[in-house]
Amino acid sequence: MSGTALDPKTAPTFPMAAKTAMGDTQLRKNVRHATDVIQAKRARVVGEMPDWQELREAGKQVRQHTMENLDFYLEEFEANCTRAGGVVHWARDAEEARRIIVELVKASGSEEVIKIKSMTTEEIQLNSALEAAGIHPFETDLAELIIQLGQDRPSHIVVPALHKNRHEIRAIFQREMNLPELGDQPHDLADAARMFLREKFLRVKTGVSGANFLIAETGGVCIVESEGNGRMCLTLPETLIMVAGIDKVIPRYQDLEVLLQLLPRSATGERMNPYTSIWTGVDAADGPRVFHVVLMDNARTEILADEEARQTLNCIRCAACQNACPVYRQTGGHAYGSVYAGPIGAILTPQLQEMHYAQSLPYASSLCGACYEVCPVKINIPEVLIHLRNKVVKQNTAGVAGFFDVEAGAMKAMAMIFRSERRFRAAQRMGRVAESPLVGKDGWIGWLPGLLGGWTQVRDLQEMPKETFRDWWERRGKNGN
Amino acid sequence: MFPETGKAVVRVLERLGHTVEFPAGQTCCGQMHYNTGYQAEAMPLLERFVAQFKGAEAVVVPSSSCVAMMRDHYPKMALALKDRELQGQVNELLPKVFEFSEFLTKGLGLEDVGAYYPHRVTYHASCHGLRNLLLGDGPVRLLKAVRGIDLVELEGVEQCCGFGGTFAVKNADVSGAMLADKTTAVLKTKAEACTACDNSCLMHIQGALHRQKTGVRTVHLAEILAGEEGVQQ
Repeated sequence: MSGTALDPKTAPTFPMAAKTAMGDTQLRKNVRHATDVIQAKRARVVGEMPDWQELREAGKQVRQHTMENLDFYLEEFEANCTRAGGVVHWARDAEEARRIIVELVKASGSEEVIKIKSMTTEEIQLNSALEAAGIHPFETDLAELIIQLGQDRPSHIVVPALHKNRHEIRAIFQREMNLPELGDQPHDLADAARMFLREKFLRVKTGVSGANFLIAETGGVCIVESEGNGRMCLTLPETLIMVAGIDKVIPRYQDLEVLLQLLPRSATGERMNPYTSIWTGVDAADGPRVFHVVLMDNARTEILADEEARQTLNCIRCAACQNACPVYRQTGGHAYGSVYAGPIGAILTPQLQEMHYAQSLPYASSLCGACYEVCPVKINIPEVLIHLRNKVVKQNTAGVAGFFDVEAGAMKAMAMIFRSERRFRAAQRMGRVAESPLVGKDGWIGWLPGLLGGWTQVRDLQEMPKETFRDWWERRGKNGN
Repeated sequence: MFPETGKAVVRVLERLGHTVEFPAGQTCCGQMHYNTGYQAEAMPLLERFVAQFKGAEAVVVPSSSCVAMMRDHYPKMALALKDRELQGQVNELLPKVFEFSEFLTKGLGLEDVGAYYPHRVTYHASCHGLRNLLLGDGPVRLLKAVRGIDLVELEGVEQCCGFGGTFAVKNADVSGAMLADKTTAVLKTKAEACTACDNSCLMHIQGALHRQKTGVRTVHLAEILAGEEGVQQ
């Protein structure tokens, strides 16, 4: 059922994918509209918090402290969750996580699962693995349902179908739910989804979910959502299988006080999300009888080991950075070739690939800083982007290949010029000579060769000045002003 | 590249009674190298900057992104070089480094610098000035005090223009789309000129305004503040 997965291993480079995405005017309109709406809502509810900056700092401290003691809190969570009747599994990577989950579903005796929206399951392409094992996954989050029925891919962490407008959604529902008469008002679409899903909620005996927070102190799990489908998936099935990255742990129940103020405001622009579920282990009288938690590493330990990039793991997946990012707002999420798009995706995705793939993503930013400004846990995304660019350059310039790298050659030559006043002066003079064949009558350049051609795609460049500031300054000194 | 900006900085500072020096050995702060991933190449430029400017009473830089480079990254770079002496020099020098408008508003506590500029102007808040240096409304207050100016607010003033250094060539299509949003907003103001505290944004914006044959100019904030009555502008 799922469309071509967003896989960084096979995705085109960001500039190529962005060019394609920007050719779709409907998509650009949808993305612009949706991000504008969410940003305005966020600004309103953040603006009413006099202590927002202190809350952000507190959120950062909670997450930073957790990452610095991650081993301790993970084991604490495991012990407390186990004591409460949960079964904890450890998965080194995506493949191991998929295998564990498929086996657990089979052991539950079900050939179907109902799913809560979970980016972690998207990250590991769980649906394809389930389908390959003969298990049918039903997405129950409205947006994920739209994605699944439309054989599409998520383009946003919080609002995965953000790139679709309601007319497009109606067309998908009409076709896939066999409802030719369906209207296009929001309540028509919600009603259709409710009817479609209700039957699954009542029939399917096994649920699969992600997690927002794992609470070490209690072994409890917290999930925030808007629609109530999550509550259904967490309470109705007999078996609940949860998969979470090891970065999702927090130390104390009390830390939710900070994080649950930051997350809904940043994510959907709401003071509080409609449904917050927190539960611990299993209870004979209520909810699932069997509760599994799969704690997955999948390169997070590598990120943790990199001191300058470690803050990437502080992310609580609110997607405020996506809504604020002027690059994401032009391209939408699919151009990033990863379920994690936008600024957080630009730093998280290549690191999840251990820098073997998605090397163009750290460059998919003008470093404008809008992401850092809105991040509820103060991840300095521009700083991490620059750090990752350095890693990419080191890869590209290692060994013999580096010798032939055009960009590296140009960068090294320019650095050499900047290291000497004499060479700098000479370069200023030579620059005027070199550019002269390209300069038009009005003193402007309309075409540049090679790597610089990107500049003249939509812009002209003014010729270098006849007299530099340096020359003026010296002439002025000689003339005594 | 932009000699008029340097000259304007000199004129404004001298008009305010300051003595301006220009260390001849200065070249580049290293921002382009550092931000593109060539950290090793930026290191000697940090050392060069410190050598050229140490001992100055105030270092005034008419580029918000260069100042952001120094403030945000120089201390870290000096630490990475494991050079104690350099670390000390960086820490001593940085508090004396000011972006030009910041020097006027925060350093000197001025808003009116006695400028005259009889044109319709709109101001673009460059990202590094806005988010890294937290210039706030400082540049706008300086502009409001200019005699003869017709200052008109730019829609989406805090939106990035899409320059981003090598981003403009590495992601030319996205950069171009961001730029198109910016020039559309500029044209909507019917301003004769768009100003900012950073010539890199302005070079980018001007490049498109010229390509589109709009007749709208870009001009660095310093050049507006250098304007005087009776002098052709």
